[in-house]
Amino acid sequence: MMPLLNVERLSKDFGTHQVLKSIDLTVAAGDVTCIVGPSGSGKSTLLRCLNYLEVPTSGAVYLEGEPVGLRFKGDKLYRMSFNELSVQRQKMGMVFQGFHLFPHKTALENIIEAPMIVKRKGRAQATEEAHALLDKVGLADRADYYPRQLSGGQQQRVAIARSLAMQPTLMLFDEPTSALDPELVGEVLAVMRQLAEEGMTMVVVTHEMSFARDVADHLVFMDGGIIVEAGHPKDVLSNPQHSRTRSFLARVL
Amino acid sequence: MADIPIKSPARQPDIHSIKPVDVFHPSWWIGGALVLGLAVLFIRLLVTNENLQWSVVWQYLFSPEILAGLGRTLMLTFLSMILGLIIGTVIAVMRLSRNPVFQATSWAWIWFFRGVPPLVQLVFWYNLGLLIPEVSIAIPFGPTLWSASTNSLITPLSAALLGLAFTESAYAAEMIRAGIQAINLGQTEAAATLGMTQAQTLRRIVLPQALRIIVPPIGNDTISMLKFTSLVSVLALPDLLYSAQMIYSRTYQTIPLLIVATIWYLVLSTILTLAEHYIEHRLKDGPPLELQLILKSLFKSKFWGLRRGEAML
Ligand SMILES: Nc1ncnc2c1ncn2[C@@H]1O[C@H](COP(=O)(O)OP(=O)(O)OP(=O)(O)O)[C@@H](O)[C@H]1O
Ligand SMILES: [Mg+2]
Repeated sequence: MMPLLNVERLSKDFGTHQVLKSIDLTVAAGDVTCIVGPSGSGKSTLLRCLNYLEVPTSGAVYLEGEPVGLRFKGDKLYRMSFNELSVQRQKMGMVFQGFHLFPHKTALENIIEAPMIVKRKGRAQATEEAHALLDKVGLADRADYYPRQLSGGQQQRVAIARSLAMQPTLMLFDEPTSALDPELVGEVLAVMRQLAEEGMTMVVVTHEMSFARDVADHLVFMDGGIIVEAGHPKDVLSNPQHSRTRSFLARVL
Repeated sequence: MADIPIKSPARQPDIHSIKPVDVFHPSWWIGGALVLGLAVLFIRLLVTNENLQWSVVWQYLFSPEILAGLGRTLMLTFLSMILGLIIGTVIAVMRLSRNPVFQATSWAWIWFFRGVPPLVQLVFWYNLGLLIPEVSIAIPFGPTLWSASTNSLITPLSAALLGLAFTESAYAAEMIRAGIQAINLGQTEAAATLGMTQAQTLRRIVLPQALRIIVPPIGNDTISMLKFTSLVSVLALPDLLYSAQMIYSRTYQTIPLLIVATIWYLVLSTILTLAEHYIEHRLKDGPPLELQLILKSLFKSKFWGLRRGEAML
């Protein structure tokens, strides 16, 4: 069966600094992949290359067999325009460390914005779906609150609902709980666990090792721009093969 | 620590039973009395000085000639602001584009029109005919489609509009650019991951947020513009000030007519300040404002501040 997401020899340079060095990765539909690793190892950069927020220096990302951001015409390869890319991006939701809710819109308006503007859904239908999503993330009573009136955990749950409203086939999470007070982490992880149980395909950069152990089907350890070790989380966490993995785990576990 | 013997106050009253005397600042009272005295003298001058001729002020305050000038001042203010904002938006977008030709052009535009005083520009545009006697629209190296002499196009009004609007456009461009740049990159990235196009992101996400930042200095600029329109009197354009000047050159009632103009400028700038406060408040989605609160905040307003908020950018 074709994997949902396939990353082939992906490299990314910032000037002379090579941040990603020929990364290979596959993600099967319905799987949860957790990416862990020390700060600066290139986890965010990898995630941002998947939806072309960063343009890879070389290599390719395939979503459902189609290259992301690139298009063949005859035997020539062309870069996609921003507007072509935006069609592909609809399939990849992304949740950021800093939430990035639209501050001038209420929770409900944040969620219905893209379905109405991009998918051209009617307001009534978009609103109905948004209420269902708010209910799902446990914020049914916060529909008319502005982001600044919500706690960090609540903002992040609205951000998840906002992404889900576009009905993506894949969800990307970049350290979704790192900006939260410790007592608010649990409510966001609970929503993510529920999503995983419902069969959503997820790629999650995280420092929450217990989440990775319990929820991930696949754990990827990155260091220095390469995937040092990958496998089932139980194996990687309890029986790491590499010294770099061992020393990282010794620090975070 | 060694025991410090507590001095028991011998024959002092109970600290809880009497009120302390407030700190006394003689300078407050002396300074206040001095300024108050000067204010009284000034008001007495306004009331008793016969040269002020309040009856003449009253006679001309609502005269058709003055009201027509007032109308032209308002028209000039708003037309130059609208034109300036349109050009300013284009310049701001050019400034933010990645095309180096656009960047350089917009930089030069802002540099020039912020550097040349509006008065110099007004005179210059009015005399444009001396530099370029004729303007024409033609196919390059082909036939001329339309032509006219510059002097027939440059009227006092169009020269005034060009000078005031171009100056405004340079300031507006910088405000709009700063407003757009103040929006966190995360906002555009979030919009991109939702599948929004660049135009949708600009229209739905960036501009609405930038507007909250841009509107207050634009309100401020509108008030400045109201005062700057008085420069057009050098082009003999009968705005509020020039209308007053025309009257006193006939009647020699210089001071009363200048007071008429002053009163109207104060009325208009006060109204604009109140409007600006109201809009600013609405943009912060605050509760409905009470008139009393607006009036109170008037004295804290930018009305008294630096011109054009350059120091704030
Ligand atoms: N836009 C950029 N320009 C230049 N260098 C960058 C840029 N973005 C990231 N880098 C560099 O790339 C490297 C990897 O960054 P990245 O953000 O992917 O790390 P990370 O693994 O996500 O770290 P963290 O756990 O701190 O988030 C870092 O050395 C960083 O300085
Ligand atoms: Mg990161």
